[in-house]
Amino acid sequence: MTEDGAIIIEDLTIGYCRRRGAKVVATGLDASIPGGELTCLLGQNGVGKSTLLRTLSAFMPPLGGEVLLFGRPLAGYSVAELSRTVGVVLTERTGIVNLTAREIVGFGRNPYLGFWGRLSRGDYAVVDEAIEMVGIEALGDRMVQTLSDGERQKVMIAKALAQQTPVIFLDEPTAFLDFPSKVETMHLLRRLVRETGKTIFLSTHDLELALHTADRLCVMKEGLRVGTLDSLSADGTMQGFFSDRGITFDPDRRAYLI
Amino acid sequence: MRRSRGWLMVVLGAAIVVSGVANLLLGAVEIPLGAVVDILTGGDGGSEVWRNIILKSRLPQTLTALVAGAGLAVSGLLMQTVFRNPLAGPSVLGISSGASLGVACVVLVSGLGGRALSRLGYVGDAALSVAAITGAMAVMALIAWVSQRVKGNVTLLIIGVMIGYVANAVIGVLKFFSVEEDISAYVIWGLGSFASVSGGQVVLFVAIMCMLLPLTFLLTKTLNLMLLGDGYARNLGLDVRRARLVVIVASGVLVAIVTAYCGPIMFLGLAVPHLCRGVFSTSDHRVLIPASMLCGAALALVCNLIARMPGFEGVLPVNSVTALIGAPVVMWVLFRRRRKSDFAE
Repeated sequence: MTEDGAIIIEDLTIGYCRRRGAKVVATGLDASIPGGELTCLLGQNGVGKSTLLRTLSAFMPPLGGEVLLFGRPLAGYSVAELSRTVGVVLTERTGIVNLTAREIVGFGRNPYLGFWGRLSRGDYAVVDEAIEMVGIEALGDRMVQTLSDGERQKVMIAKALAQQTPVIFLDEPTAFLDFPSKVETMHLLRRLVRETGKTIFLSTHDLELALHTADRLCVMKEGLRVGTLDSLSADGTMQGFFSDRGITFDPDRRAYLI
Repeated sequence: MRRSRGWLMVVLGAAIVVSGVANLLLGAVEIPLGAVVDILTGGDGGSEVWRNIILKSRLPQTLTALVAGAGLAVSGLLMQTVFRNPLAGPSVLGISSGASLGVACVVLVSGLGGRALSRLGYVGDAALSVAAITGAMAVMALIAWVSQRVKGNVTLLIIGVMIGYVANAVIGVLKFFSVEEDISAYVIWGLGSFASVSGGQVVLFVAIMCMLLPLTFLLTKTLNLMLLGDGYARNLGLDVRRARLVVIVASGVLVAIVTAYCGPIMFLGLAVPHLCRGVFSTSDHRVLIPASMLCGAALALVCNLIARMPGFEGVLPVNSVTALIGAPVVMWVLFRRRRKSDFAE
């Protein structure tokens, strides 16, 4: 899973279909997101990060252009195939109550289950492994409503791991977390990339954290630009990112100055 | 944990048996247990009157309450899951109102011709069932059609509530133009009763429900995925739109049939799933579906028994009992659970 361009975005237009015409959120997107790496999607509010992720997860159809997932057009994947290829972790709180953390992680096995959705011993082994990888063994039997936001986010990440997909998309996984939990979550994701060779693509507003932990950055501003921090500072992308908002980038310190 | 769930199921089963037997034994006429057993096993129990009471009144009522309670409870569970809303229930989506509208049309409009339908007896009963099913199915078809076209569940829920209002408004207009006799027939139907299903129809009703209820088990996996919300459910391989349609139709069919035979029975569909979630402390539908069926059946039997108690005989509508008994119980369960989880932290 380390070949270049696990996800290739070609001249993509994203947005919403409306009865009268479409509302285009972003257009002319081109990018190649490498496999086996942690890539952070950066962009200001309203630029279309969530829409892009939703399009890549096939929750909504693209308005134009194409997405290639491992060389195959995304539109050609069936719902079942996709559920074994892409796992997602969303921002929204699910509002689930009265299920244990382990049961939630168990939902990740769903694409592999038979009609009745009964987990086999093998499935439970995968679930326990996912729980262990994320380090939430102690939470397994806790009801999900008693968990903190950070803990719940880890449960959902474990769910995505139990899904055993080569690709995981996360929509602002650190949004509602306190600072230590943010760092912990990002480190966890980076470790998962290293240990499992998965391709992880996530959107975030935690710029500093992304600069420090991501293998690659994907900057969304009038198009997409993917690269390492160094290459993006060299070509001026990082400098231009916030230039209109009075925030400058210092390439030497690899940090934004307020 | 697992073990105690098994035990709770057994307790519910036992409650059904006890309340079922009580339904057969207790009533205005005292019939000894021995005679009841004899009658049920084909004898005449020593009295033709007793035989008639058991076979023509108490047994049909017991069976009706049993399957109607189970059906309403499961239907409520499906609604609450698909709309991700604890207040959803069979009556909320306007499906009960649709049934009422159907009945109102038949009962009240037929009176315009100068002949009260309520005088037609048996034919009238059958006409009521058909009208109720037609009305409920029509509303359900409308809701299902809308469900494929609107995105949010809340929108759909509000549309359902609005359809209910429209149906009720039309009923109001119909009432205004109707004969008094017909209005009272409609009002009595609207009170809900497990006793109004007569002999031959009981067999049909119970047979239909016995076929439909097990089918809801097929939805277990779908329902569990729906708990996670559309995004996660989709990502885990669920065709959300289709699933929503299937669950709404399943739930609607159950309500339509029960309402057709028993009138709009309030509260059971809304309360029983909450009761089960509280008692079994899980949202897993593998547990909740059978639990709701058992609990709904038991509760319906108990309510029917109370409605039939000496003194109330034929006076107290089931709807009053379901609400009077059930509402405090549910509030107690919810309150207790809330307190527990507050301290759990």
